[in-house]
Amino acid sequence: MITVKDLHKSFGDLEVLKGINAEVKEQEVVCVIGPSGSGKSTFLRCLNLLEDITSGHVYINGEDLSDPTTDINKLRAEVGMVFQHFNLFPHRTVLENITLAPKKVKGLSASEANDIGIALLKKVGLSEKADDYPDSLSGGQKQRVAIARALAMNPKVMLFDEPTSALDPELVGEVLQVMKDLAQEGMTMIVVTHEMGFAREMGDRVIFMDEGSIQEEGEPNQIFGDPQNERTQAFLSKIL
Amino acid sequence: MLDTILESPYIDSLPFLFDGLKMTVLITFSGLFFGFILGAIVGIARLSKSKFIRSISIVYIEIVRGTPILVQVLFIYYGLTEDLIGISINELTAAIVAITINAAAYIAEIVRGAVYSIEKGQSEAGRSLGLTENDTMRYIIWPQAFKRMIPPLGNQFVISLKDTSLFSVIAVGELLYMGKQYYNVTYEIFETLLMVCILYLLITIPTSLYLRRLERKLDV
Ligand SMILES: Nc1ncnc2c1ncn2[C@@H]1O[C@H](COP(=O)(O)OP(=O)(O)O)[C@@H](O)[C@H]1O
Ligand SMILES: [Mg+2]
Repeated sequence: MITVKDLHKSFGDLEVLKGINAEVKEQEVVCVIGPSGSGKSTFLRCLNLLEDITSGHVYINGEDLSDPTTDINKLRAEVGMVFQHFNLFPHRTVLENITLAPKKVKGLSASEANDIGIALLKKVGLSEKADDYPDSLSGGQKQRVAIARALAMNPKVMLFDEPTSALDPELVGEVLQVMKDLAQEGMTMIVVTHEMGFAREMGDRVIFMDEGSIQEEGEPNQIFGDPQNERTQAFLSKIL
Repeated sequence: MLDTILESPYIDSLPFLFDGLKMTVLITFSGLFFGFILGAIVGIARLSKSKFIRSISIVYIEIVRGTPILVQVLFIYYGLTEDLIGISINELTAAIVAITINAAAYIAEIVRGAVYSIEKGQSEAGRSLGLTENDTMRYIIWPQAFKRMIPPLGNQFVISLKDTSLFSVIAVGELLYMGKQYYNVTYEIFETLLMVCILYLLITIPTSLYLRRLERKLDV
């Protein structure tokens, strides 16, 4: 469902992605790990064109992102994204955060959008927060709202960029649980994470990135149990 | 003591000065009203993707901010003669136009600054949901930016209000002009100017206090 071919990304003279090739199948959960600054976020952001692609190709369901005739907004609506710092809309209630895009992008009526929003809030366990403003929520609650907001567009794939890195340790679990439920329902997911437990348990595949390239990829058991690449070994020995 | 004040020149000048104050407030409010419209346009132009439109906006802002408002109002009132532009501009119009043009340049920067101050993650979240650039501005960026404009706009109100005193040079009947007219007859210069100051402060101090509270409340 997602195919990445020789993806390069530069910021000015700085080449951040140096030829990424990857394939993500439907219902697959792919975890991306690697040291800070290795290009994980940039890679993820290229998948919904928050960064434009310097060269190479990204295909989502056969549509080429680098083709100028591709309808970017339509495509973004099908790719959900969850950010490290939540990026909730502070001037809108929790429910309005979720219903804004279905109304404005898909043209749903307020009541249709509200039904979807209420169902999703129930799913992430925050029904009673519908009319609160994001400022009054804990980090874990904010991130669960952000996940619900992305799901409201009924995306075909969800991208997570370190969704638990900004959270107090005791709030990580509730967010990971929502993500696990999602994975079990068959959502296609690409997750940049430092939660090795999650990657091991939920990942169908783990990609290790360093210095703008994929150094190694494989099943979690292999990557964590028997890493082949020196850098993977060095990285894992530091964090495990 | 009270008697001397009550029948003193301080009180006698008041009815006269109040007329001036009304004119000052009228010029300030009208000027800021139009100035906000023009300033929003210039501010949006300043944010435009088109380099040409951005340049026009920058040229406007730099010209206005780089010249004294006193020169601007003289230019509008005496410089733009009927021969030159086909209509004659009276003192009040010239004063309002001057505040409008002047405040717009500063308000444009307020607008730009407020939009820039909204975290990049906000527009990224909007775009990632499939909202168009326009909808992202309209539903996500502007409502938040607008809130951040309120305190600096209040500040601009105080600045523009004080700027109107310069318009006594074109004999528009604002507060300072009325004060001068009054002491030219009575020669009570100290007393009159003191009252003029107090009347300005009567507006500027409460405004500033209110703004400070608002700033805390809006948490901006
Ligand atoms: N907008 C940008 N402009 C310039 N350099 C950037 C930008 N975004 C990221 N970078 C650089 O690209 C490199 C990779 O960043 P990133 O993808 O955020 O890494 P990671 O998510 O793995 O920590 C870093 O060196 C970072 O400084
Ligand atoms: Mg990152």
